[in-house]
Amino acid sequence: MKLSFSPEDELFREEVANWLADNLCGEFEPIRFRGGPGDEHSFVEERKAWEQKLAEGGWTCIGWPKQYGGRAASVEQQVIFNEEYARAGGPGRMGHIGETLMGPTLIAFGNAAQREHYLPGIRAGREFWCQGYSEPSAGSDLANVKTRARFDEGTGQWQISGQKVWTSLAHESQYVFVIARTDPDSSAHKGLGFFLVAMDQPGVTVRPIEQLTGTSEFNEVFFDDAVCDADDIVGAPGEGWKVAMGLLGFERGVSTLGQQMLFQNELDEIVRVAKANGAACDPALRQRIAEAHIGLRIMRFNSMRMLSGGGDDGSLQKEAMIYKLYWSSWHRNLGKLAMDVLGAESEIVPEAPYGLSRLQSMYLFTRADTIYGGTNQIQRNIIAERALGMPREPRG
Amino acid sequence: MEFRFTEEQQMIRDTAEAFLAEVSTAAAVREAMATERGYSDALWQQISEELMWPALHIPEAFGGLGLGFVELAAMQEQMGRTLLCAPFLSTVGFAVNALLVAGNEAQQTAYLGDIAAGKTATLAFMAPGSRPDAAAIQATCRSEGDGFVLDGEYRYVLDGHTADILVLAARAPGSVGTEGVSLFVLPASTAGISREWLPTMDQTRKQARIVLENVQVERSACMGEAGQAWPALAKTLDLAAIALAAEQVGVAQQALDSSVAYTTERVQFGRTIASYQAIKHKAADMMLKVEAARSAAYYAACIADEALAGGPLGSGLAEAASIAKAYCSEAAFFNTGCGIQLHGGVGITSEYDIQLYFKRAKSAETLLGDTAWHRERLAQQLLDGGEA
Repeated sequence: MKLSFSPEDELFREEVANWLADNLCGEFEPIRFRGGPGDEHSFVEERKAWEQKLAEGGWTCIGWPKQYGGRAASVEQQVIFNEEYARAGGPGRMGHIGETLMGPTLIAFGNAAQREHYLPGIRAGREFWCQGYSEPSAGSDLANVKTRARFDEGTGQWQISGQKVWTSLAHESQYVFVIARTDPDSSAHKGLGFFLVAMDQPGVTVRPIEQLTGTSEFNEVFFDDAVCDADDIVGAPGEGWKVAMGLLGFERGVSTLGQQMLFQNELDEIVRVAKANGAACDPALRQRIAEAHIGLRIMRFNSMRMLSGGGDDGSLQKEAMIYKLYWSSWHRNLGKLAMDVLGAESEIVPEAPYGLSRLQSMYLFTRADTIYGGTNQIQRNIIAERALGMPREPRG
Repeated sequence: MEFRFTEEQQMIRDTAEAFLAEVSTAAAVREAMATERGYSDALWQQISEELMWPALHIPEAFGGLGLGFVELAAMQEQMGRTLLCAPFLSTVGFAVNALLVAGNEAQQTAYLGDIAAGKTATLAFMAPGSRPDAAAIQATCRSEGDGFVLDGEYRYVLDGHTADILVLAARAPGSVGTEGVSLFVLPASTAGISREWLPTMDQTRKQARIVLENVQVERSACMGEAGQAWPALAKTLDLAAIALAAEQVGVAQQALDSSVAYTTERVQFGRTIASYQAIKHKAADMMLKVEAARSAAYYAACIADEALAGGPLGSGLAEAASIAKAYCSEAAFFNTGCGIQLHGGVGITSEYDIQLYFKRAKSAETLLGDTAWHRERLAQQLLDGGEA
């Protein structure tokens, strides 16, 4: 076991940090530390401009192969980039769905024409993507999608109808990837297709969902005979589930250390508040602050283990399987801790009518952490069944 | 960054696992724990003389194997899984680390050599009713002639009644806190030392009371400079806590594994109870705890390696130790407690082993600072400094 990074990686770290120090300033100063989860509605135009700035510096899609404009950065370097990015207060990435999900999926499952058509826009920080997976009746049971895709021989296009929900950044994206049923008589994970659909067309309607924070990161997206070209299906009709699951597998966790840096910023703020208002002298709160610190440090150790690619028995990566349940539970507890440290002041909203502080929004939005991306209950099923070999849930 | 076992480390772990499954069976544990001595001499001989486990991280110059702390942690984890009854933590986790940190070359040559050859050892520092900080040191040492005279009483000394070699912490009369602390290493047979077994709730690890009455020791028994030993002792306790944390990972793992096995066999309402979500979700929570604990313990073991070798990350020893000990204590307690619950009625019988793990989890939690104690230690670092 070795914990330190190589000298080359440390040089890379310096390069990233220097570039960020030189560029994340001036017109971009106001967006530092903004636009993260729960704050994705903020500074959208400025953050789009920032994506292009990143692209000019060669800092988008660094993990992609060089032939598609990436740097073929190693896992360590991607980790370092994400850490430095978060440390510098880099704003929430508008392009992350394209960069971390869509791009790798096209590189793995797409054809040459699709890669040529779609990858450059992602790499340049000009074209943004959103994800059309969940539906009103397909949440945890994702395979239950009802959205249909029908090939129209006359126009030579796919026609898509149905409804998606919980679509982040739909109103800011040019494209959406959609799983839809190509075989109307199919059920569950059979008979699905994976489609690349332009948002700007008459058949697509976006309706924001107002959340408990009063803001709207999520949307409903309605497809009413929306169209895409014959070539805009990834894989063959019927292979959509394979592509969709492959895409989720690209979330390899390189962004987790960056996410943890955001968590660290939040914890630091809680510590500052506690020192300033005397909560730091309350024995019960001291215990909870230390517990949060321990939890976050272990989250980092666990990610390092995950990224080093070894379970203790060399096969199943159990530390990766607990990751979502671990961080979501930790973060939700941090939200409550923040309010308890603030005390009476936690109720007072800084801006009328409902402009929440960062910690207030974190407190409320962390209730979503244990739901999206696989609820804690689903995570526990997966852990029990796949890692511990306990009997599977009955399926209808 | 390679935060995973090397092939050699994996092999050491696997070898330990296989050997312990053979020798540290439920029957063997129950037989050993029923004795006052607490372990089988024959097994200890095999472990120390044939396998040389106590010599694991003793440098080759002193007759050891010269391996690192990660290997030690891997071995402790396996010992926790089988509740091995042996004076390993006391000898290696406490005494060897004390000698490595604080011993001079003559002491290391003599005592590490003895330990590598199969002698047992322990460390005593806590007065009755104390917590594991500097204030726990109440035994006194006064300079007299060419040596020192030691007096006082220790409790909670692991294997103190059987150890061949003792490392003792004592303070200058009238000193308080971290000032005036000295460490001594001496044969347990030294005149004036009386030792008495203390029966414990966790019978798989023995504790003793040691009383010093006018114990005369030569200056050569003093480790480092007299009165200046607190930093070395603190470092030793952190290293021991990390070894213990790795053991707790093994305890937590076994509680999970045996609970999954039991609930998979047990049938109620016509189904194996492992098929109920109420059971599965509890097991999933237990796995989360043990995997997070494992990450914490092995991170700390890497830091311990650096601390012993004088590497740059070694300055994080106290923090890493507190994180590991706080979390692994909680994980072992949680998993063994849930383990009893998942075993249902048989969980509280003496026939089933889960109760032994539950008791070990508690004794390990209390030893070297429980979760709350380590959290407070971290809170001081986080909250009582100047800038946030």
